[in-house]
Amino acid sequence: MDVLITIVLTILLLIVGLTIGSWQERRHFRSIREREEALRAILLIPSRYPPNYDQRPYRTELVCGSVVIAMDYFKTFAGSLRQIFGGQISFYETLVERARREAILRMKEEARDKQAQMIFNVKFSTANIMKDKAGNPGGSVEAIAFGTAIIYR
Amino acid sequence: MLLSNLEFVPGCDIVQYLGLVQGSSVRAKHVGRDIMAGLKNITGGELKGYTELLQETRQQAIDRMAQEAQAVGANAVLNIRLSTSSVAAGAAEVMAYGTAVLIRPRQQPGQIQQPGQIQQPGQIQQPQAAPGRPRPPRP
Repeated sequence: MDVLITIVLTILLLIVGLTIGSWQERRHFRSIREREEALRAILLIPSRYPPNYDQRPYRTELVCGSVVIAMDYFKTFAGSLRQIFGGQISFYETLVERARREAILRMKEEARDKQAQMIFNVKFSTANIMKDKAGNPGGSVEAIAFGTAIIYR
Repeated sequence: MLLSNLEFVPGCDIVQYLGLVQGSSVRAKHVGRDIMAGLKNITGGELKGYTELLQETRQQAIDRMAQEAQAVGANAVLNIRLSTSSVAAGAAEVMAYGTAVLIRPRQQPGQIQQPGQIQQPGQIQQPQAAPGRPRPPRP
């Protein structure tokens, strides 16, 4: 009887994770695309030296963006199944992509609030909040993006 | 204090390099947030509590680095990098490090720039040779 309850609960959680998780993912991607379109004017340049250096006066400021996104139950389950056979885990890839693009967007939003036109020397970093000491992921992706905003005057 | 992850300051000269400065911070949220984050693993989506935690931790690390830079007599920190590590589950550790420098606006008409609280030439005080690096005060 206990085994049955466990199986039913697991299936229920998988269904909840699959439906709500994929719905949230679609909604998030839609919002990311919209905001990326709106913030296209702010250039993101990973190079270390601004091009028209010394032609127009500008000041610089450090801008950061960060986000933590959780995996849903279905993704965790399907990902761990995939790890048995190896290969590309597309469930995780979309998660990483969402986190990365969201972090960039938040950095750009901060730059926009400071009336910046470009962000230079963009670096990425990931944090480990929900991981244990052994490094096993607790089911979330944490992304940080930071760079120097160039504000022309 | 001017913070930047470029290696120079536009319109300014670097007068003196004062070495590496760093600041780190480890913070955690209360257990209620951790439980909610665990529940959120069923449906997925953004963990707002942990995003907030990450922002607070990062800000504190940057503030501590800036305090240390101030203590060695710098007015800017360049080439800033952020790095993270995992100390415990549910806690975020962020380390910020960079090069503390003393900068001075370049004396050319039209190109002078005075970001933040850059001291004017003539007012720059040489950092006194302290016996050992002063620790930034812990809040």
